[in-house]
Parts: sequence; structure tokens; C-alpha cells
Amino acid sequence: MTEEALKGNALKIDHTTPDRGWMDPAVEFRKGTYCYPASVKHMNYLGLPNPREWQPYDQDWKLPKNWKSILLEGMKDRLKRYRSYKLFLDICVRCGACADKCHFFIGSGDPKNMPVLRTELLRSIYRRYFTLSGKIFGKLTGARELTEDVVKEWFYYFYQCTECRRCSVFCPYGIDTCEMTMMARELLSLIGCNINWIVEPASNCFRTGNHLGVPPHAFKSTVDFAIDEIKEITGIEISVPINRKGAEILFISPSADYFGNPHWYTFLGYLMLFHEIGLDYTWSTYASEGGNFGLFHSADLAKRLNAKIYSEAKRLGVKWILGGECGHMWRVLHQYMDTLNGPADFLMEPVSPVTGTHFENAKSTKMVHICEFTADLIQNKKLRLDPSRNKKWKVTYHDSCNTSRGMGFFEEPRYILKQVCQEFYEMPENTIRERTFCCGSGAGLGADENMEMRLRGGLPRANAVRYVQQQYGVNLLTCICAIDKASFPPLLEYWAPGVEVAGIHELVGNALVMKGEKERIADLRGEPFEQKEENGHV
Amino acid sequence: MTPTSPKGLGPLLIQNRKPILERWLHLILETYPVDTAPLLKKEKDPFLNPVRSTIAREIEILFEELLHDMNGERLSTSLSSILKIRSVQDFPPSEAAGIALLLKKAVQEILETDPQKETDYEEWARFHVKVDALALRAFDIYMECREKICEIKVNKALAEKEMAFKMLERVGFRKEKSHRGKDSDG
Repeated sequence: MTEEALKGNALKIDHTTPDRGWMDPAVEFRKGTYCYPASVKHMNYLGLPNPREWQPYDQDWKLPKNWKSILLEGMKDRLKRYRSYKLFLDICVRCGACADKCHFFIGSGDPKNMPVLRTELLRSIYRRYFTLSGKIFGKLTGARELTEDVVKEWFYYFYQCTECRRCSVFCPYGIDTCEMTMMARELLSLIGCNINWIVEPASNCFRTGNHLGVPPHAFKSTVDFAIDEIKEITGIEISVPINRKGAEILFISPSADYFGNPHWYTFLGYLMLFHEIGLDYTWSTYASEGGNFGLFHSADLAKRLNAKIYSEAKRLGVKWILGGECGHMWRVLHQYMDTLNGPADFLMEPVSPVTGTHFENAKSTKMVHICEFTADLIQNKKLRLDPSRNKKWKVTYHDSCNTSRGMGFFEEPRYILKQVCQEFYEMPENTIRERTFCCGSGAGLGADENMEMRLRGGLPRANAVRYVQQQYGVNLLTCICAIDKASFPPLLEYWAPGVEVAGIHELVGNALVMKGEKERIADLRGEPFEQKEENGHV
Repeated sequence: MTPTSPKGLGPLLIQNRKPILERWLHLILETYPVDTAPLLKKEKDPFLNPVRSTIAREIEILFEELLHDMNGERLSTSLSSILKIRSVQDFPPSEAAGIALLLKKAVQEILETDPQKETDYEEWARFHVKVDALALRAFDIYMECREKICEIKVNKALAEKEMAFKMLERVGFRKEKSHRGKDSDG
């Protein structure tokens, strides 16, 4: 076969110096590969520096006159503030272990998408201006001058990293390339180089409490609409508490859940579950967003947007917080919230009111993931489930980058799926769990204008989905990340047509046998069940 | 037949199938940047290196079809697997879709040194016509991929518009609109 034929035969690579080495920062901004810059309106709303009209393909980016000193001061400041930043700049030995681990590199073949080389774009400037050897020997030590072309190159490549951290799993030094991207984006923001797909949601969130800019009365109308849909499906009229003081639990989910598709069905699943177990909880119209696009911009903006969660928990007087299906939301909640806006000493260690389980893992943040909560309910046999209602689905599960690599969260979603579905198939081992491939649209890159880049980045994940589709007939990719739910449908339409996307609590909602429900004839999508339901089990 | 007796092109292609496929694969991988190509060659796992594994798998099928019936469906499926990838990468259309033409170069290089080759013009011309047909089909499929990308963008925009209308409907926008409509009609 071809594989065998290749053994022992070298690729004919031209080893002469290429026309352009990696130090050449020139970048071509081709349509489909970059995101639009942030709008003046939203930059102003957040008080970000240098708001202006510009486009990446413009020759003149209208940078501030002293842009260079702003960037170098910004680097200096961050080198003092963040030890990890300095450490990661210094210790990389360029072993190349990360080189072929990035989904953007695998999908694009662009060498500057090798994590080591992408970081070198930043590291070369650090060497030139902050190390003695770089100052003296310049290029010989891999140091580069900071020029406008370097700024453009940073903008191009650091907005091609989804901060998924797959590369860091393979780094023998544990260098977190995601943090390097975070630093580069912070620096770019200092001179007004932001993308709109991050700044607009962040601005909306600051204004209305959620990324989509849904005001409180629209949120209430949406909930009422969901109540009507659930009544139509189950015959049960549920109540959904909003801004209720004194509730035991505050529930927060990404705003896409009550606006986006297919997120909406996950939203219905939450509401049905909470009704069924009689949960004493409330939604909030102020903390109406679990996600945090500030994370993709700067630590300061992440902190500003995150503050509303503890603030609202305090105002409403709840005991602890439950969070919905989201990816980066959980990275902030799990890894940063405690230090950004904690300690939450006014809250209690979360305890399930139904099972009595203490969520000791959330002792510090006081916030529990809904999959942990639901898995515990199922484990303690508190839910009546009929997996046959999901019989049309052959299911696989995508580990979202942030919940898997950011939280080590692998088993609960799989446990739930195996209880609510009849057929579950794993994708190949080297593409799941901590080695999961990103959807290619995270960290603020899920815009429409960069669709080609997203398709490149999504290739490794979609390739594994295609495999289980061909091997086992998988027709549903489940995930617990709002960005995944939004980004996979177009991705799979291209790479693996025929595979749909759903959240886990949509399938929970389908399988949940509710007390007093009428005979269900359709699933949460309104699609009729193929055959009469079989008896449920407890 | 003695080792030095001439053979037709078909048997020669079959006999040299492995080295030709190997060279064709390498010529395609060499279209990637100099720093990338060695990594594409090194990793054989189909899930960690879908670009290489897809190309390697599909060009085998294309080669088989060139030697036999040129089954349209099989050719299209294989070309589509490769061109879906190359049409979203940083290649100009000619380079993305030009993979078929690289086979001519691979065959020429491999057979150049074969003592049994003969220079039957007609056979070579027929082979070139087949490869040219493959190249043209590749360009059609490249265009289908690009159109699909465009369609996905349009569908996404329409879905977002639909979502926005649903949202407006939930907050009573349509009701007000129809009310205004009645007023203006009246």
C-alpha cells in the first residue's frame, strides 16, 4: 500500500534558504481568513483605547503615534505582573513537541500556526528589547525589531489561536501557549487592535448582562415562550423563577442557550429538569450570561464581566450557584473567578438539595456544573428516564477544550449520555478527553467572515466525527459548550454532512419522564418519535 | 518475455504503482510550505494528520480508476475528499486543484529510468487525456467546494436572521407590526 511504499523514502524537500524566513513578518490579509476589527461604538462603550474605523487589509492601521512605546511599556508591565509570562518566554527550548498539535496548523499547513512558532512571534520581540543577548546580537539570537508589520502579523496569528491549550498538553515544560495568546491580545488591545466578534459581545454584556444584548423584558418573554413550548410538548405548565430573592440556588447559563439554535433545546431541558426535581432556584436578568468574552480580550475585561455573578448571588441571597453548559465560561469560573472577584465567603459549600451530595470540588468557587449535578441525580436514581425517546440518535461526544483541559471534566457528560441514549460511540482515543481537538471557532473566532479559517481549524475534529459517522452511523455530535453548539453545524455541513449537534440536556429533556406529563409524541425539536415509546425505567 | 523487452504503458504503470503513488504523494506534499512538509510526511496517524492520510488514501483510488474505467462517482468522491481540504487552505485555485497534473510529473520521473519503457505516442497521449480529464474534474469539484463555503455563509446569515425574528416575535414585535399594517391599510 501507499503507506508501505513510503517507508524509507525521503521527501524531496528543498533545503536551501526559503525566499521568506519566519522572521519576515509580512502577512496577506485574504478575505475569509481574518475577523473584522472592533466597531468604534463598542470600543467606546467599553472605554478601550484608540477607537477608529479601519480594516486589516488597509496599509495604514491608524495606530497611535507612540504605538511602539505603548507596546513595549505594556510588555514590561506584564513581565512584572505575570511570572508565568516571563517564564514561558524564557524557557522554551524549541523542541518542537507542540509543533504539529495545533488544529490550525494541522488544518492549514501554515508553519506560523505551529504553537512554538506562533509564540516565537512574541518571543522575538521580548528578546530584542528585554534581554541583553538580544539587544547586543539581534537576529543571531532570534530577536526582531518591533515594526508595524509585526503588529499586523500578531493580529493575524494571535487571532488564529483559539486558546484551546492542546499544545500545552504535549509541552515537556508545560508552557501554556494560550497564555501567550492572551498576552499578545492584551498588548494589541492597548493600541486599539481588537476584533468585533469579541468586543461587541463584551460591550453588550456590560450593558445588558449578556453577550447577545438581550434586555430583561426580552429575557422574560423568551422564558415565557419556553414555558409555552414545554406545555405543548409535555402538557405540564412549569414555572420559571426570575430574580427571586431568597432562592437556594442561582442558575446561570450562556445567553446562547435561550437565544441560539440548537442551544434552545438544551434550555428547555434545563427548565424541565428543574421543574421535575422541584428545585428552589432562580434565573437572573442581571447575571444573564455565564460566558465571558472578556477572557478573550484581557484579564481586566474578564474581571469586569465576571463581577456580576458573585454580586448577583449576594444580592439575591442564594446559598450557591449552578452553571449551565458552556466551555470558556467554566474556564473563568473554575480557574479565575475565585481570584478575580472572590472569595465568595457569603456563599455556602454547594450541596444538592435532592440527593444531599456535597460538591467538595466547588468548595471554593461555590459554583457547580450542571452535568455534575445531573449525573449525581441519575446516579442516585432520582430521575425517571426513557432513553428510547432518543433512539433515533447515534451519539458521540466532543470534549470541549475548556471543560476537559481546563477542568479535567470527562466522565460526567459521558455517564449522562449513556443513561439517556441507547447508542453512544466514542471518537478515536487520541482525539478526545485531554487530547480533544478544538472546534476551531473558540476564543472569539466564531465569526462568519473568517469561515475559511474556521473550516481549517475544525478539520481535525470533523475528521474524527466523520470517522464515527462512517464506522457506526453516528448522526449526533453532543457537546457542552455554547460556542461548539454554534460553530459545529456549519463545520459539519462542510466536513461531515448528516451529523447534527445537540447539548446534553436536550437529550436529558427528551428522556425525562415527568410526573403528570401527557403521552409525548415528539422530541424537544418537535420531531415526532419514530415509534411508540417503550416503558421507561427508574 | 525477457527483462529488456518493451512493455505497454498500462503494464508499466501497474508494475510501478508503488513508486509512482509515493512520488505523486510527495509532489502534492511539497506544495505545502518548506517548514510544514516534513511534519506532514512524518505523522501517519489519520486522526492526527488528516491532510496527509486523506491525500495518501484517495490518490490510490484515483490511480486505480485512471488505470481502469474512470468511474465518475468514485473519482468525484476521492477528489472531493482531497479538494475539500485544499480549497480552504492558502492555495490559489490552480495549485489547489492542480494535484492531478502532478501525476504526469510523477509518472515521467519514475518511468524515465525504466529500461522496459517504450515510447508509444498514442498510449502516452491517451494517458495524458485521462489525467487532463481528471484535472478538469478536480477543478469542477474545487468550485463545488468554494460554492459550498459560500452557501454555508449564506445559510448561517439566514439562520441568524431567523433567530432574530423569532426573538422579536417572542417580545411581540410581529403583533405590533401587523397592527401598524392594519392602520396604514385603513
